[in-house]
Amino acid sequence: MNLDLQHIVIAPILIPLIAGAMMLFFDDRERRLKTVISLASTGALLAVAAMMLWRVHNDNDAAALVYLLGNWPAPIAINLVLDRLSAIMLVVTAIVAIPAIVFAIERWARVGPHFFTLFQFLLVGLNGAFLTGDLFNLFVFFEVMLAASYGLVLHGSAPSRVKAGLHYIVINLVASLIFLIGIALVFGATGSLNMAEIALRAQSLEGFTEPALHVGLAMLGLAFLVKAGMWPLGFWLVPTYASAAAPVAAVFSMLSKVGIYSLLRLALLVPAGGEAFGSALIFIGGAVTLIFASIGVLASQSMQRASAYFVLMSSGTLLATFGMSEPAATAGALMYLLSSTLAVSAFFMVVELLERERDAAADVLAVTMEAYGEAASEDEGEEAEVRRLMPGALAILGIGFSLLAMVLIGLPPLSGFLSKFAILHAIMGPASHAGEGDAAMRIALAVLLILSGVTALIALSRMGIRTFWAPVEPMQPRVTITETAPILFLITVLFALVLLAGPVMAVVTAAAADLHDPSRYLGAVLGAEHVPPFAQESK
Amino acid sequence: MELLIALAIGTLTASGVWLLLRPRTYQVVIGLALLSYAVNLFIFSMGRLRVNAPPVLDGSSPVDPAVYTDPLPQALVLTAIVIGFATTALFLVVLIVSRGISGTDHVDGRESER
Repeated sequence: MNLDLQHIVIAPILIPLIAGAMMLFFDDRERRLKTVISLASTGALLAVAAMMLWRVHNDNDAAALVYLLGNWPAPIAINLVLDRLSAIMLVVTAIVAIPAIVFAIERWARVGPHFFTLFQFLLVGLNGAFLTGDLFNLFVFFEVMLAASYGLVLHGSAPSRVKAGLHYIVINLVASLIFLIGIALVFGATGSLNMAEIALRAQSLEGFTEPALHVGLAMLGLAFLVKAGMWPLGFWLVPTYASAAAPVAAVFSMLSKVGIYSLLRLALLVPAGGEAFGSALIFIGGAVTLIFASIGVLASQSMQRASAYFVLMSSGTLLATFGMSEPAATAGALMYLLSSTLAVSAFFMVVELLERERDAAADVLAVTMEAYGEAASEDEGEEAEVRRLMPGALAILGIGFSLLAMVLIGLPPLSGFLSKFAILHAIMGPASHAGEGDAAMRIALAVLLILSGVTALIALSRMGIRTFWAPVEPMQPRVTITETAPILFLITVLFALVLLAGPVMAVVTAAAADLHDPSRYLGAVLGAEHVPPFAQESK
Repeated sequence: MELLIALAIGTLTASGVWLLLRPRTYQVVIGLALLSYAVNLFIFSMGRLRVNAPPVLDGSSPVDPAVYTDPLPQALVLTAIVIGFATTALFLVVLIVSRGISGTDHVDGRESER
């Protein structure tokens, strides 16, 4: 193993950190430079993440690449662990981040300071949370991510944004405090912060330490579920995501997956009676979230709110499926995670473009009614300012909308269908252990999955009809190429997900198998050899 | 001493939660501060309470771990304090912006209709 390949594990944290810090040196007017730096950094992230996924997946002897910071021996060192799941999450993060940056160039990066820097720091937090193998570092990276997200939520500072941001910050600060209580309890019970060592010591706890560990894990789970937006804890999510700027909301659809990722990792490392920790509760919470989100999608008037409910719907589906704690179902859920994250973030952008047009029309109307003469000249001035308009924008937006709707609903032939099929096949198919005690759970999940698809179908077709067909005056969205390209990019990735469904499914199945067999993770982390110091090696 | 610490943490937490549920943003900030004090004390106590035991090794004599207290919770508390401080400062900024935009210090941006 040569030197540079070994250090690559830390690259996803360092690249955006350096890029973000570097951009602070330049004035906000150097927009082109900042765009180039951001895109270069995110592109490098994608390359590194894809390479690491390739390596981890094709390397059969080790389940994970482990990076020992400071080269201390295994359980003492703060470590970064890269297994299949974290590699998948890194790749998705980079894929979602690139279009969000491109989308922001035209409009959102101009409305407030330091957009690109905050964005890079958000990526530092996200990547760090996916990579770390240490509970306290997970907290630190959560905070890095949240601190950047506070800034991004408020980006553009409209009154609705400030109001939603205020609630968002309070709730997340409280969740962080609960997170800390959980860490303290787990540390008090096991005497370790290393996730692998915690899992190892959890097997042989005595006396009061075992309930203490369970209470600690429950506290941690609570903090993660607030992030994921599980039903009674997720009321903050919809107003925040609906009022955030579109590129921000697009990358926030990844943010809620961090909670799910951490939950999955920790719950499966400390199994209770062969099942994931607290799996029954996760299942019930997920199912209720799914119901809540389905009703919410039907009830929402604005498209932004509806797309925020789609984030909740995806969280609910994932949680309920993970609650089954079965490797095949988990694999299907990971596939669903890929397709729903990409689709929701593209959907946020499409909705932004459509709603902006509608808002502009409404504004012009209001102005016209107030002072008839002036409105026209104002409009002309705006017209001249818009550059490089996309030809046939309405057609592209319409097609994009319907394709994304197909993914969100789960219609064939797109990836939404494939992933829902994978979940249904795992829980109801011939290979599943249907007929055992949890038959009710399986049927409930299957019914909910299908019903949520139906409600999404109703809501989205109503939305589409109202937007594209119902307007009497033909809508001509003023959309530039840089704002359409990200949407097309994400749709292309979704198509690629369908075409490469076989290999992708193989990766997620292997990732799920790793997750459900924590001994491989433990072996990789605790058996990590520390590198002989450079001076000794050269002798 | 355990009882005293437990009571202190309990009192801080209770006051913090009560303030957090109040409608004024300033009360929420103070509530968050009290809660974070409680949490920091709690982390500290998870390293077990010891009197007269330093956390930092004294290099002059052979090390006897029994004489020292666990240094890790202290490091954690330090980090938690720094992060809590920064996020509270950020929250204060948002609070002032919200006060400026909405003209009220109610958490919902408008007075409740009563």
